Amino acid sequence: MKVALFATCLVDTLTPSVARATATLLQRLGHEVVVPPGQSCCGQMHVNTGYRREAVPIVANHVRAFAGAEAIVAPSGSCVASIHHQQAAVARRAGEHRLAEEAEELAGRTYELSQFLVDVLGVTDVGAYYPHRVTYHPTCHSLRLLKVGEAPLHLLRAVRGLELVELPGAEQCCGFGGTFAVKNADTSTAMLTDKMANVLGTHAEVCTAGDASCLMHIGGGLSRLRAGTRTVHLAEILASTEEAVTPDQTTKPAVSA
Amino acid sequence: MTATVPPKAPTFLGLPTAPRGVGHLRGDQSFPDAARGALRDGQLRANLGHATSTIRGKRAKVVGELPDWAQLREAGRALKAATMARLDEHLEELERQVTARGGVVHWARDANEANEIVTRLVQATGTSEVVKVKSMATQEIGLNEALEAAGLDVFETDLAELIVQLGEDSPSHILVPAIHKNRAEIREIFARTIPGVDPELTDDPRQLAMAARTHLRERFLRARVAVSGANFAVAETGTLTVVESEGNGRMCLTLPETLITVMGIEKVVPTWRDLEVFLQLLPRSSTGERMNPYTSTWAGVTPGDGPQEFHLVLLDNGRTGVLADEVGREALHCIRCSACLNVCPVYERAGGHSYGSVYPGPIGAVLSPMLTGVEDNASLPYASSLCGACYDVCPVAIDIPSILVHLRAEHVEAQERPTAEAVAFRGLARVMSHPRLWHLAQRASRLGRLIARGRPTLPNALPPPISGWTRSRDLPTPPKETFVESWVREHGS
Amino acid sequence: MSAREEVLSRVRQALGEDRTTPDEVVRDYRLADGRPAGDPALLELLVDRVEDYRATVLRCSPAEVGATVRAALDQGLGDGWAAGDVVVAPGLAEDWRPAGCDVDDDRPAVQLADRAASVTAVAVAVAETGTLVLDGSPACGRRALSLLPDCLVCVVTADQVVGSVPEGLARLDPLRPLTMVSGPSATSDIELQRVEGVHGPRTLLVVLAG
Repeated sequence: MKVALFATCLVDTLTPSVARATATLLQRLGHEVVVPPGQSCCGQMHVNTGYRREAVPIVANHVRAFAGAEAIVAPSGSCVASIHHQQAAVARRAGEHRLAEEAEELAGRTYELSQFLVDVLGVTDVGAYYPHRVTYHPTCHSLRLLKVGEAPLHLLRAVRGLELVELPGAEQCCGFGGTFAVKNADTSTAMLTDKMANVLGTHAEVCTAGDASCLMHIGGGLSRLRAGTRTVHLAEILASTEEAVTPDQTTKPAVSA
Repeated sequence: MTATVPPKAPTFLGLPTAPRGVGHLRGDQSFPDAARGALRDGQLRANLGHATSTIRGKRAKVVGELPDWAQLREAGRALKAATMARLDEHLEELERQVTARGGVVHWARDANEANEIVTRLVQATGTSEVVKVKSMATQEIGLNEALEAAGLDVFETDLAELIVQLGEDSPSHILVPAIHKNRAEIREIFARTIPGVDPELTDDPRQLAMAARTHLRERFLRARVAVSGANFAVAETGTLTVVESEGNGRMCLTLPETLITVMGIEKVVPTWRDLEVFLQLLPRSSTGERMNPYTSTWAGVTPGDGPQEFHLVLLDNGRTGVLADEVGREALHCIRCSACLNVCPVYERAGGHSYGSVYPGPIGAVLSPMLTGVEDNASLPYASSLCGACYDVCPVAIDIPSILVHLRAEHVEAQERPTAEAVAFRGLARVMSHPRLWHLAQRASRLGRLIARGRPTLPNALPPPISGWTRSRDLPTPPKETFVESWVREHGS
Repeated sequence: MSAREEVLSRVRQALGEDRTTPDEVVRDYRLADGRPAGDPALLELLVDRVEDYRATVLRCSPAEVGATVRAALDQGLGDGWAAGDVVVAPGLAEDWRPAGCDVDDDRPAVQLADRAASVTAVAVAVAETGTLVLDGSPACGRRALSLLPDCLVCVVTADQVVGSVPEGLARLDPLRPLTMVSGPSATSDIELQRVEGVHGPRTLLVVLAG
């Protein structure tokens, strides 16, 4: 299948290794990956902070960038949820009915990575090797808006060498919430503290999830504490194989950025 | 309470909001400021964490027992939506039916008018004492303060409301107003404030409940006027409903000669049959019980049984403004179960007082700003990480996260002068909708590499708003190249 | 404009000229339990649910109600209670009443607080939720009767036991003052720990006949 990769603004700018891992994984599974260069953002940050009018041209750019794509995959449950639940609505509210229809149509072909692998491709064993003790945080938008359910866990259980440990209080929000993390920094930090306590309680080396944003939050907190436990995106784990060990990765073994 | 009263009365979508200077819908601090203090209160955090995790478990168990929960929830949502679409007709029918059965119906545009009506009705009975059943509507309008200002003694009879009243505190939860207090703190309040209380009183919850029983028993027996709220009012029959646990509600609804019920106009349901849905949804969602201990219903006045004078006060106080908001109107569907509070990670940590309104938690973060006008509670729509746990448990499927996002936009769009944030977001929107500008901006973000000086993370001390992040979390140093750049370099565009 | 007119006109303004027609209400939840009233399995379920509220259930045959009511009072008040401690609903079946006990009349309701126990019938019982409904009829008595005495004995006959809440409500008259009782008075206001017995009867005993 020809898959268009939506890196998302955050991954593209701050953690490109996650998008690289997504591309490598899909190629390894025999799919052709294209990366539309005109892509930027889904518009979620604007919508969720109250700038829904301003989000409309961002949505238009997204629709333009991915026009004609057969299937679109993003390594972010939150952005995919926004594409599914917000893009058409903000366009419609602004009176852009044509754009709303296009966005809706595009959303129908847009998938979060784990859902694409498990529900569309029907794969759970992607041939990955990752010899680490890992705990999985089901991020809120993947869990409640996209309802990815067990898909990421099925994928993780099939990874050779990986020891999966259950995260207590897994379904509690990590406290990221986009601009919430800044506007309500104290409450956000209190939520993060409890999430980190649960993560550290598992004695996992790695906390993984399907959202780079939540991982940046949890990882940023763990890093500040010098906790040793690090955050690694699900795509990077699934892209890892015995052969793909590189020395300059924060996540070893993994693919090169 | 807002200090400055503007020349023009505030409105929400062209309809009057709940007036300023009366009632308890506005805090005197923004949510982040109020939360900052609460987050430092270790006792509060422990009390809330313990209580909310207990109730979450109970709720999940009894909701799981019903194989048709999803169907009940959808029926509850649809019933509320249908009711709101014909609210005027249902209210008129309710008035007809209550009147036909010997009740008197009063209409109140706002908190001030409702308080005046109730005060006048109490004074007309010649008594100086009022017993009260816990009611959100009367908390909202500040009825106790109004009655006290008129020289009347008001006794809250719900155990938690009593704790709050005796402790000169304010409620912090819809269902369990004293959830922020633990047993030791409650014992201290009782020992200090209840006249003649057993000096040996311990912090055993049973002993504390018995102390409240003894304290209130005599008041129930001599009370001549009671004030209640209502959980539901059936339009077709004029039947009012109060759902409770302790029996204090029954005491108030049964023993006095006069009963005054204050009810928000959104509490009406069209038919008796509709209660078959709500009486299944409410108890399981609120206390995590299959059914609450006592549900009382009455239609007007029943000769020889209960109060022989019944007044129903129908309260607007900003509700019609909420109704006018096609997105936010769903908030009027709320049946005050408080399940959303109990699952909310923000509520669990910041506590109910941080919301500054009698309606805390996720539902309060949407309802309060709409009742007062968004600008009077502008920080509340942002008091959520949009995790969506509230929507999942709401027994009438109110999409609270979507309403929060909608109200954030209402707030942004209400600003007459551009804020620094708005300037930044507008600039960013322009950048993000033009790939060339976006790539330039991404390159500019690499300036962060300079201040990182080769470290994997940026320094902790950065200017606002980034400092909000870096005070407690590291921010990764931006990489040398974006993914799209490297891909284009390798594959061509 | 009167407050009434103003509030109603605001509602109309809020809803606008062309009101949206809401979705039809689909009642595809369980309207009935599937088992007929009085089915033995429903009686078992009722007992289980009532006992879960820490109330007591005494089962008996229809002929043994009177004796079982006395046994319930023994349990609730302790042996040695006097007929004068007990007040019963005026329409309670003659052979259910303890001999010589007080029958509620039109005395001021607060005087019922002087009695230790009351005995009433019920209008319907919902097995799934363990709920008894009293409807203010002569057999159930006025509301104060089942409220003020500290011990309440309710007699339920098998044919009154339905499975679900919808079935229970369908049997009731919404114009009567109804009291739905699910266990003894209780509170969870202190640390959400349930304590049975606050203002209403602290002891609930259910006599289930049939």
